[in-house]
Amino acid sequence: MINLLPRYLFNFVVFILLQVLLLNNLQFSGYVNPYLYVLFIITLPFSTPKWLLLVLGFITGLTIDIFMNTLGLHTSATVFMAFLRPFILSSFSPRDGYELGTRPVPSDYGFGWFFKYMVIMVVTHHLFYFFVEAFDKELFLSTLSKSLISTVVSVLFILIAMLFAKKDSKKL
Amino acid sequence: MRNFIRFIIRNHFLLLFLLLEIVSFHFIFNYNQYHRKVYLSSSNQVSGYLFKNFSSVVQYFQLKKTNEELVREITELRNQLDRNSFYAPMLPEIEVDTVAAQHYRYSAARVINNSVNKHFNYLTLNKGLKHGIRPDMGVISSRGLVGVVLNTSENFSTVISLLNTRLWVSARLQETGFFGSLSWDGSSYRYATLSGIPAHATPLVGDAVVTSGYSSIFPENILIGTIDEVTIDQGEGFYELRVLLSVDFKNLQYVHIVEKMEAEEQLELEKLSEND
Repeated sequence: MINLLPRYLFNFVVFILLQVLLLNNLQFSGYVNPYLYVLFIITLPFSTPKWLLLVLGFITGLTIDIFMNTLGLHTSATVFMAFLRPFILSSFSPRDGYELGTRPVPSDYGFGWFFKYMVIMVVTHHLFYFFVEAFDKELFLSTLSKSLISTVVSVLFILIAMLFAKKDSKKL
Repeated sequence: MRNFIRFIIRNHFLLLFLLLEIVSFHFIFNYNQYHRKVYLSSSNQVSGYLFKNFSSVVQYFQLKKTNEELVREITELRNQLDRNSFYAPMLPEIEVDTVAAQHYRYSAARVINNSVNKHFNYLTLNKGLKHGIRPDMGVISSRGLVGVVLNTSENFSTVISLLNTRLWVSARLQETGFFGSLSWDGSSYRYATLSGIPAHATPLVGDAVVTSGYSSIFPENILIGTIDEVTIDQGEGFYELRVLLSVDFKNLQYVHIVEKMEAEEQLELEKLSEND
């Protein structure tokens, strides 16, 4: 458990930097806002205590918010996603549960499993984020399409990011 | 008491979730209290430093465009200079007068972070308190209005962009002088909406929209954009004008920060009459 700390610290910094320096500067149109940093919460080990999930979600969201001057928006969405993570994970769990010491990554439970789990998590985050952001200023449909299009692009970026992940995690 | 503690322990996950969400939504709905806190904005030392170094690399790829923009601005200023110097000898010598004194002071800054596709877009500039930048100063580029300074740290400042649904600017039709308020609706980075122009005004497509100069932030007649589409709200009798913004926010490299030198005096005076 403790030897995962440096890796996740590294992940945290890399995801925040990627988000703030690269992805926020991608300018296709107002409809495409990929948020890759959620991958940090998605890939936390199964053994992470639930309260720690929420705290980490809060810290991640707040960091992004400070960089983007959107105080509270990313924080609330990421905390919400972290709150739902245990429920989503348990609904996708294999028949005999998750093995000790594994992590929710493709190399441990297969690509199909990871893809389903990750897409649900990203959709949760994006829907929450875009609806809180728009509040009542925008139409329901435009916000919905905004969140769905952004989800597709985020998922794409997450898949690219996962290509660079170290593939050794079964023997931790 | 023991039951209460047991309840908290049993439901700590849900309670912690609710607590953190309450804090987040408190931030969202009371952003006015917090957006002036430098450490909670992108002008803080860490993010300022990060943006500055990153943008100094990216900047090289845009040098050509920046040069073209500079040449265009110099040409424009040269034309103005010539027009002024032609009339100057015919005018009587003006006595030194406080009215003729400089009203606005400009300083240049580089944009080190910028976005156009969010709901709340902000810019970060590489000048701060040390260079005399203060909150509530105006920011313009050679093509027109950009935004208002929100926050300043020692070396950096955050600017609320015109492309931010939280910013309202007082704007005027250059031809007819009718004024209304301009805001961004959060969709396209090329267009903003000017509302509050009365029905008896006759705005035409292509008319220029400029700053009104009523606020203590911007000088008069800074270009904002041109009218692109005219619609009238039958019920309220006000026009709703779609304005094509003159500034291309996607390619923003250098900006000017405007300081109104008598801003404090104006605000104090206006505060006096507000209490009546």
